Order: sequence, then C-alpha cells, then structure tokens
Amino acid sequence: MTNTVHTPTDASRSTPPSGLIAVARAPGWVRYALLAVGLAVAAWLPNGLYPAVAVDILCWALFAVAVDLLLGFTGLMSFGHAAFWGTSAYVTGLVAIHAGLPFPLAVLAGALAAAVLAVPIGYLAVKRTGIYFAMVTLAFAQLVYYVANEWRSVTQGENGLQGVPRDLFGVDLTDDYFFYYAILPIVLLGLAAAWRIVHSPFGRVLVGIRDNPARARALGYPVHRYKLTAFVLSGFIAGLGGGLFAVGHRFVSLDVLHWTTSGKAVIVVVLGGIGTLWGGVLGAALVVRLEDLLSFSGFEAIGLVTGGIFVLVVVLFRRGIWGSVAALAHRLATRRR
Amino acid sequence: MSGFAQNTFNGLVSGAFYALLALGLAVIFGMLRVVNFAHGAFYMLGAFGAYVLLTEAGVPFWAALVIMPVGLGLLGMALERAVIHRLTTLDPLYNFLLTFGLTLILQDLVKLRYGVQSSPYETPSLLSGSVDFGLFDFPTYRVFILGFTVLLCVAVWWVLTRTRIGMVVRASTERPDLTRAFGIDVGRWVTPVFGFGIGLAGLAGVLAAPMRAVNPLMGADLIIVVFAVVVIGGLGSIFGSVAAGFGIGLVQAWGEAYLSNFPLVSQTIVFVVMAGVLLWRPAGLFGREEAPA
Repeated sequence: MTNTVHTPTDASRSTPPSGLIAVARAPGWVRYALLAVGLAVAAWLPNGLYPAVAVDILCWALFAVAVDLLLGFTGLMSFGHAAFWGTSAYVTGLVAIHAGLPFPLAVLAGALAAAVLAVPIGYLAVKRTGIYFAMVTLAFAQLVYYVANEWRSVTQGENGLQGVPRDLFGVDLTDDYFFYYAILPIVLLGLAAAWRIVHSPFGRVLVGIRDNPARARALGYPVHRYKLTAFVLSGFIAGLGGGLFAVGHRFVSLDVLHWTTSGKAVIVVVLGGIGTLWGGVLGAALVVRLEDLLSFSGFEAIGLVTGGIFVLVVVLFRRGIWGSVAALAHRLATRRR
Repeated sequence: MSGFAQNTFNGLVSGAFYALLALGLAVIFGMLRVVNFAHGAFYMLGAFGAYVLLTEAGVPFWAALVIMPVGLGLLGMALERAVIHRLTTLDPLYNFLLTFGLTLILQDLVKLRYGVQSSPYETPSLLSGSVDFGLFDFPTYRVFILGFTVLLCVAVWWVLTRTRIGMVVRASTERPDLTRAFGIDVGRWVTPVFGFGIGLAGLAGVLAAPMRAVNPLMGADLIIVVFAVVVIGGLGSIFGSVAAGFGIGLVQAWGEAYLSNFPLVSQTIVFVVMAGVLLWRPAGLFGREEAPA
C-alpha cells in the first residue's frame, strides 16, 4: 500500500508555493488590499445578485472552508461532510421550530451538534488515511442519511422540515436582503476562526502532519489526536454553514445529507484551490451562482454540468482558481526581480 | 429452520452482487491504485443496457449477459486510456474525484433520456419458476445468480493464481517496481484489468435487471455500501473483498429477518460492522497493515 497522504504541493512540486503562502509572503499592502476587496464584495453582494443566492453563497463559503481545513491543511479528504452540514441543518431547524430561540442560538446549537457527531466519526475515520479516509467518511455520512430518512417522527422524512422561523428578537428578517446582512457577521466570524486555526501553532502542526506524518509522530506529536481535533473543528464550521442554510431556506430536506452534497463541497474546494482557504469561498460563489442560473433556465440535468465541472477541474485545473492566480502572481513577481 | 435457510439463501444472493462489485473494485485498485466511484454507475449502465436492448431491439437476456459486460469493458478501457491514465501518477484522490464526476454525468445522461421511474425487466423464461430443495423452494433465477457468481469468482481466482497473466497481475499489484525490474511490461496490463473490472460491474448490472428495479439511481446507493464492504474486507485483498461481500449480504439478511423491530437495521448494519472493523482491525479483516502513518 503506497501511503501517500494528500499533499497539494506534491502535484506541482516544481511550481511556486501554495496560494496561501504566496499571499502570506506578499507585501503588507497587498494583503490588506485583498482583505478590503473581499469585505467590500461581501458587503455589496446582495445588491448585485438575488439576495437568496447571496445567502447561499455565504453558507457554502463556510462549508468549503471547513472542507479545505481538512483537505488542504491536514491532508484528509472527507467525502462525508454532508453529515455535519446536514445534521446541523436539522438540529438548527428543530431548535428554531420547537424552542423558538433567536436564529443565531439555533445555529449555534446545530453547529455544536455537528461537532459532537464529528467526534465518533472522526475517531474511527482517522484510523485510516488517503483514499480509505474518503470512503469511510462517505460511508458514515450515508449512515446518517439513512437514519434521518427513517426517523420520520423527528425529521419528517421526505417531506422535510417546513417553516423554520427566522426569529431575531422580533426583528423582521423575512426579506432575504436583510437576512443576508444579519448572517454576514456570523459567517465572517466563522471564516476568521478558520484563518486563525490555520495560522496558529496548532495549524502549523497540522500542515506538518499533512506533509510528513511519520516525522510529526517522531517529533512526539499525537497525530491521531491532532487529526481528530481538526476534524471536529471542521465539523463545527461546516455545521455553522448548514445551520444558516436551514434558516436561510426556512426548510430542511434530506438533500442536505445526501452524498452528492458531500461531493459538491469537495469540488468547490478543488475548483477554488486546495489549501488556499479563500479559494473555497470563490469556488462556492461560482458553483452556487452557476446552479442558480441553470435551475432558472429550466435545465434539469444539473448533475451533467456539475459532473462536467468535476471532470474538467480534476483533469485540467487541479491548482484551482486561487492557486493559479497565486502562481501567476509569483511568476510575475520573480521575473521583475 | 426453513425460514433460516431462506434468509441465508437470500443473503447469499444479495451478497453475490456485493461480491461481484467488490471484486471489480479490488482488481482495479490493486493494479491502478484507483478507487472507482463510477463502479455503481457502470452497474446501472449494465442493467439499463440490458433493458434497452430488450425493449428497443428485442435482444434477449442471454445475449445481453455477453454484450453488456464486453461493451462496458471496452468503454472502460477507452476511459482509462483517455483520462484515468493521466491521473494515476498523482494522489489517488484525484481519480476518486474524477470518477465521482463521471458518476454524476452518466446518471444524468440516463435520467435525461429515460426519466427516473423504474422499469421492469422480465425474468428469462428458462429461469422463471422455482427449484424445489425438499424442505423449501427457491426462485430459479436467484439460484442461477448465486451459482453463476460463485463460478465466476472461482474462475477469477483460478486465473489469478494458476495462470501466467494472473501471476503478472498479482506481482504488479504487490510490487510494481520490482515486477518492472524483472522485465515485465506492467503498463500493458493496466488497461485490460481496468476494463475487466468495469465488465464485472456491467455483468452484475445485467444480472440485477430482472431482480431489482432498473432506474438511473440504482447504482449510487449501492456503491457506497460496496465501499463499506471493501473497507471491511480490506481493499488490497481480492479474496477479502469477495468474502466480505458475501458476509455482509448474509448479515444484512439475518438482521432484516431477526431484528425486524428495527427497520433501519438492514440498511445500516453494514456501516455498524465497518465501525467495528475499524476499531478492531483498521486495515480490514483480510487487509495488511499500512505502513505506519
């Protein structure tokens, strides 16, 4: 068994450093300018798109960043993250419906539930690496899907949870435009948390484990425990996105737990650029917008297009958007010197 | 007693499908280090192909049983040459993603043309009716599936262990570099082995057509169960994959019969077994320990 742990830099070893490092090494003004542009776009988004689509983009951005935290920075490809996204969506919906809590608390409850679920799944899954990790997480996510499907008294089965309230201390958020601005701070907090994790000493250890697990172990790091912690944190962030998604749609269907949702999250990350963190946000924006366009035009076989994107990205565009742009910037910068 | 025999028999029959699919996955993985997500889609294409051949061209079951595996095997070989081949030097995760994308495409293509409703496929007349085993009788078609699958597995085992081709395949599975050093052209065998694995999936699909609902999504949920099966058996072990396939079929059938108070059992028991195996023997029941991570 070749024990290749996923290392995105491996695929392009002769090429410049990963997108994130390229940004981190860029001069200060470049980084602040990028941050300012990002925030400006986030603040403008619902004016340029349908607000409902903008809300979806925010939720998927959190989902993508959660998956990249594992795929790009820990070297683990979870193909079952719908389990956390979907569990949080259901728990958030149930808490909001039955307890009547303001929606941020319901989302928090959902994300915590996702994190709790991530403990046993992660504990078992980190016993395997590489492709096996993907298969194991996929299988456990399917288990969660079947349970939700059968547990009709709670999840309403195929009818889904209807009428999830958007309560925030009596403020009227039924308009998606205002709801977008209500969830934006939560999403930014989640993204900032992911950035903080990656740039913490803990995050550096994760990258060390990704690049050379044997060496990390030899240096005395408990590799499994680090991976499990990363898995639970990732589950929490994915849960944050899933909870907001449930409140945003005021409806939870079994789709949130389906394996296609897990796969979509991974391809969003690959499209944006593995190990670039913000690339996933770009990928999420593109894929959500594209699916919206397709469903509006009445095109039924969305899988044909997302599947096609999958194939094209994997065959021709493995570095992703952010990774390609960073590599280009790096080449320009080195030529000038 | 006759109830137990009946459950056991049905378990072995559904296990036969798991075994055929797991066998294909295992030989492909052994030779290419590719976990083929699209295996379920090719199973579906096998069943759908048989259905379309029968309804639109009047081709009988027996002909489909030959045409579909061969046709899909060739398609698989073309696919391997066209795309999968380019990614085999990279991390196996890329081919997993690629075949995932192919699954979505194949499913939607069939959905666009034939819709999502299930189509019935008549059992071939030679195999309708039932066989009397004294205490109880079994549908002839299921007896045929079980016998056919067991024979096929034995044949594959014979080829792998008793022929020169099998020796080359086993050697390149275990030590590709060393095998190459002995002057054997490993690359030459990669494409046929991939085609063979896909052919097995197509064969399983044709066999499933008269027994299960033929629809575009029939392979998707099944393949995830088969992934759990190969994790249990150990994907590196061809014998382990087949044994785990039959074993899970049995456990599911028994669970369904004797724990019928819990409707979830038949669907989820495979994942529970997988969790237990991961705790007890992370490399799978018949798998070898990976190099320490």
